Amino acid sequence: MLEISHLRYDVTAENGEELDILRDVSLTVDDGKLVVITGPNGGGKTTLARTIMGLNQPTGGSIRWNGQDLTGLSITERAKAGVSYGFQQPPRFKGLKVKDLIALAAGKADLSPGEGCRYLTQVGLCADDYIDREVDSSLSGGEVKRIEIATILARGSGLMIFDEPEAGIDLWSFAKLTETFERIHQKRKATLLIISHQERIINLADEIVVIEKGTVAKHGPREEVFPQIMARTLPGCGYMKEA
Amino acid sequence: MDKTEWKILKEIADLEKTPQGAYNFRLNGGLDSRQVTANIDIVSKTDKPGIDIIVKPFTRGESVHIPVVLSMSGLTDVVYNDFYIGEGADVDIVAGCGIHNTGCETSQHDGIHVFHVGKNAKVRYVERHYGEGPGTGENILNPRTEVYIEEGGSVTMEMTQIRGVDSTLRDTIVEVGPGGECVINEKLLTDGSQKAESNVEIILLGDDATGRVVSRSVAKGTSIQVFRPCMTGKAKCFGHVQCDSIIMDEAKIKSIPAIDAQSVDAQLIHEAAIGRIAGDQILKLMTLGLTEEEAEEQILEGFLN
Repeated sequence: MLEISHLRYDVTAENGEELDILRDVSLTVDDGKLVVITGPNGGGKTTLARTIMGLNQPTGGSIRWNGQDLTGLSITERAKAGVSYGFQQPPRFKGLKVKDLIALAAGKADLSPGEGCRYLTQVGLCADDYIDREVDSSLSGGEVKRIEIATILARGSGLMIFDEPEAGIDLWSFAKLTETFERIHQKRKATLLIISHQERIINLADEIVVIEKGTVAKHGPREEVFPQIMARTLPGCGYMKEA
Repeated sequence: MDKTEWKILKEIADLEKTPQGAYNFRLNGGLDSRQVTANIDIVSKTDKPGIDIIVKPFTRGESVHIPVVLSMSGLTDVVYNDFYIGEGADVDIVAGCGIHNTGCETSQHDGIHVFHVGKNAKVRYVERHYGEGPGTGENILNPRTEVYIEEGGSVTMEMTQIRGVDSTLRDTIVEVGPGGECVINEKLLTDGSQKAESNVEIILLGDDATGRVVSRSVAKGTSIQVFRPCMTGKAKCFGHVQCDSIIMDEAKIKSIPAIDAQSVDAQLIHEAAIGRIAGDQILKLMTLGLTEEEAEEQILEGFLN
């Protein structure tokens, strides 16, 4: 179970202004659930995900995973405790090959051809074409993003956080990706936290969390929250009414 | 050769026993052992230290190992090796020098290599430089390599210096004839107060000659690196120079690539970049369970691989 309690993340802007990126976020996610985090840009979704992984240090509150307090742990310790995070904009590595990165993720010195193929196929990449390629600027944004997701699959953590996995990915690969999320979810192999704005991903969710202005604006079962979001996006828009 | 010397051979030439084919092992300034084949002859020079390596025309699939090991402290070893690669031959040459310095005196090896690569001949040359030992004496390697490639000939050079060399000054000069090709892959890691300087000059002399220099380096500690790769085009040719360095700690790196076109049909490109390891790369690998140090090591290993 993931328990986030009164989580805060403040930064001081260049002009000295205090910015509350996360203000008092409390959230509980049961094991094996697929939860989609959505909400307007700049609302704090990515910061929340990065704070769970330890990439940002919170200024207040706590994060517990399966009863263990993660709040003071390093990124490495959190990874070992079973948390993984797929970057929204994954870095590229000159010289590191796709197979090296996936092997590191899987915690193995070497990868059997079958293993590499399995993880890449799940994100719609053909292993023969990619396994020996370097994760450098010769790959497109969508390709790097899919390799990033493959590293999370290879890691096989209890808590998988994906940050806009659909961004930059073509329609065919996206279909493959949603199947993969669905399969992980059906097997209840992991708790999935997916930041997304895509209806097809939202449709897979057990629960939806709306993060807005650094706090949880809504949290509930998909059936309940989704109609509310839709209602707000169309008739709820003042400009559209005027038109 | 004793155990320490074999360990060095493993580092520089990946050898655990005497290799197949021709070889010449040089130990502490003298000949240790040699083997020739029907197609590859190795002859000691009479006027100065060194050997002539003569590969018969159309020799295919053979290799020559010519490693040098210095295990005595305080030795200065200068050696002149000339390679004559016959027309249409296709060979692998494994060179390299390893120093095991147990004393407080400087050990130095200056290898002066001259390659005459015949028409349509193909050479893959691998050279690794390595130093180790508990002594305080400096390990110095100052190689000079000259390569003359005739029409249609091709030379690929892998030159690597990863560890334990305190000071190196490397000069490489290549002349490429019509339709010929030269590829130089240089990898360098310096640490502590080490110094490394590499000057590479490739002159593309004939039509359709191509040249490529790919240099990757990492400088740690207070080490200093200087690169001066220069590509000169004197005909309808293509040349590319690429220098990429990771800088760490208090190190200094100077990269001065040059391209010099002396023909309207010469097409020359250079790229050079120096930067630290991107923070995101370290963070990403830490999210996979690696510590910061392990992440750094993986990034450097990949970069220099």
